[in-house]
Amino acid sequence: MSFPWAKEYQPSHPTMRWLDEKLPLPRLVYNAIGAGYPVPRNLNYFWNFGVLAGFCLMLQIVTGIILAMHYAPNALVAFDSTEHIMRDVNWGWMMRYAHANGASAFFVVVYIHIFRGLFFSSYKAPREMIWLLGVVIFLLMMATAFMGYVLPWGQMSFWGAKVITGLFSAIPLVGEPLQTWLLGGFAPDNAALNRFFSLHYLLPFVIAGVVILHIWALHIPGSSNPTGVEVKTAADTVPFHPYYTAKDGFGLGVFLILYCAVLFFAPNALGHPDNYIPANPMSTPAHIVPEWYFWPFYAILRAFTQDFLFIPAKLMGVIAMFASILVWFFLPWLDRSPVRSGIYRPLFRKFFWFGLIPAMAVLFYCGGAPAEEPFVMLSQIASLYYFAHFLIILPIVSAIERPDPLPYSITEKVLGEDENSALAPSAVPVEKSDAAPAAS
Amino acid sequence: MIRIISILVGLFFGVALAWSFVVGAVTFAQEGKPETAEHAFHEYPKDLHLASDGAFGKFDRQQLQRGFQVYKEVCSACHGLKHVAFRSLEQLGYTEPEVKAIAAGFQVPGLDPNTGEQTTRPGVPTDYFPAPFANDIAARAANNNAIPPDLSLITKARHDGGAYVYSLLTGYQDPPAALLQEFPEAAPGTGLYYNPYFPNLNLAMAPPLMSDGQVTYGDGTAATVEQMSKDVSAFLVWAGEPTLEKRKQTGWPVLGFLLFATVLAYLAYRSIWAHKKAKH
Ligand code: HEC
Ligand code: HEM
Repeated sequence: MSFPWAKEYQPSHPTMRWLDEKLPLPRLVYNAIGAGYPVPRNLNYFWNFGVLAGFCLMLQIVTGIILAMHYAPNALVAFDSTEHIMRDVNWGWMMRYAHANGASAFFVVVYIHIFRGLFFSSYKAPREMIWLLGVVIFLLMMATAFMGYVLPWGQMSFWGAKVITGLFSAIPLVGEPLQTWLLGGFAPDNAALNRFFSLHYLLPFVIAGVVILHIWALHIPGSSNPTGVEVKTAADTVPFHPYYTAKDGFGLGVFLILYCAVLFFAPNALGHPDNYIPANPMSTPAHIVPEWYFWPFYAILRAFTQDFLFIPAKLMGVIAMFASILVWFFLPWLDRSPVRSGIYRPLFRKFFWFGLIPAMAVLFYCGGAPAEEPFVMLSQIASLYYFAHFLIILPIVSAIERPDPLPYSITEKVLGEDENSALAPSAVPVEKSDAAPAAS
Repeated sequence: MIRIISILVGLFFGVALAWSFVVGAVTFAQEGKPETAEHAFHEYPKDLHLASDGAFGKFDRQQLQRGFQVYKEVCSACHGLKHVAFRSLEQLGYTEPEVKAIAAGFQVPGLDPNTGEQTTRPGVPTDYFPAPFANDIAARAANNNAIPPDLSLITKARHDGGAYVYSLLTGYQDPPAALLQEFPEAAPGTGLYYNPYFPNLNLAMAPPLMSDGQVTYGDGTAATVEQMSKDVSAFLVWAGEPTLEKRKQTGWPVLGFLLFATVLAYLAYRSIWAHKKAKH
């Protein structure tokens, strides 16, 4: 794929030669994550998180399938069946904690992955499609995690399902019937639990499918890198294997240490105690909060407290919550700066570190806090900045800012010199979006 | 074009938020935050140190047996423990015959082998602890319209579980004069008892542990209210997660192995990259 200097798969063993003729699966792997895929030599650790996300997906699928062997998706016994897993199934406690904390780990990893994309503008041409597919994956992950959290049928499962499906009832005219249709009843009950289980089992495989498209799209231009300067020559790249397999192996080790520390020593730290109370439609918990990874969006939802232009406050909140993720779809066209990396964008960088990151931190905090002052006012300010950042600041800043000078090439950046740079007609400071030489 | 639309959409959300903010801020400035009795008088759990705490924590079996005795002789009159099977009590250090005898001391639901009618029979080790009331209506009728919750998961279902149960059991007191003065409506109603550790300050459980020596410990420990409360809390921490000890014991070798493997992976990474890094 990608670059003309990519190594070609040459099976030496007769069996592999035979297989390569009939079904070139090893060739596919070799070109995708083996020595046949040239990758920029200057990637930093932020580029580890895609592989980690893939690992998390597999971890969730494996632990999930094992849980599903013992779990019973019926409102009468769902809660007891999870307790049965915790107490009576051999290593069941480990599987359940691994799955519940695996979901959190997955979101930590994916949030860092998205952050990387935002700072280094990985969403820009020629990588728009990778980014768009990534946003689709994120939406699917949210749906999957939401439905998974309903399955143990504790208090937060039940009330979370009720509140989140209740959002649809804010839609004019069709809202109420839509909610009833989604739940299969007027409130979450057996019908809802059953369909959530069915979809919760299905969606991870849909995610896996979109992940394959995501990686396919990645392999056309190849990975970006911290300078944002496109690959020019073979000297700018190293083969994925062994260079990045080794680096990803180390990254995976660090990830597993942190993950297992939580899993074995604080497995309930990220969960809510109320979910150890069986679902009870007659008793509303004092504070209904979703899992931590939904907090920023929950804060945006609750920030809209006043009707606006005849739009009821609740509907505004719902629209804004969905819009807060949907704006990501438009980023490749809202950010018009020809420079990718935030490192070379002085003005962008200021808004990023002193605007977007604090706003996200406030939204994370307020989404988990009770809906009272000062948290509501704080989330209103942070939400305002959030929308302003993507919809107003980014288009304007990217048009007016003067980027810092870029290195001539990746090699020059790494080694301090690149013999080709002297031969080049001029050291163009600003990269035009030059897609990698397409040869396949 | 897309940028103009984007800025307009941004303004739309921005103005809506600013409007919400202004209205909220004005209301807040005028009315402030309403003070509630719960906010002013609720207290966070006292410290409780159990042998099972911490990354190296292990259950103190002697204490768990004492705690079980408190549960059996006091709490089980009103609270079930439905996720715990009698057989699990062997983990507390009871022998098989002892567990059989304990199980036989509880009446569990059964069927009359001759008539098929519902009756009760003495428990066997594979049974689970029975619920003390036939159903929620019976539970409410006997407890001033409140349902005593099943205690199997109580320490996981409350923040600071063990410490919370301990604080609740030892936290009964007369409502402070300041409370009665500022929030007369927060005074305990009939059949309710003031307890600042309970989220809404008044609960329907009469203080279950009232006097020293309410149970007689076999191991000679003095059964003060303090001691019984600690012991039963420790027991309920075990009941909430009997696998807690195994979990922590499994964690260490796992982390050890991962640390070793990660160091190896790091060395491999360094040596593979040695000639590709900048040489300065
Ligand atoms: C006479 C019956 C009775 C006895 C005996 C009793 N309880 Fe309770 N308990 C109740 C009732 C009723 C409630 C519900 C209180 C409420 O919701 O207001 C309750 C609630 C509780 C709660 C839950 C509080 C909360 O946060 O919701 C705990 C914990 C508890 N009891 C522990 C114990 C322990 C430990 C013992 C034994 C030492 C015990 N109880 C003995 C009747 C009893
Ligand atoms: C994208 C991947 C996935 C995510 C983000 C995810 C997330 C979650 C979450 C948050 C829960 C609730 C955890 C708890 O409180 O116990 C859950 C439960 C569950 N999941 Fe998943 N999951 C994923 C994949 C899968 C897969 C592939 C399966 C099965 C094929 C599965 C099966 C289950 C089952 C059976 C439960 C309920 C058991 C329990 O509550 O412990 N999950 N999931």
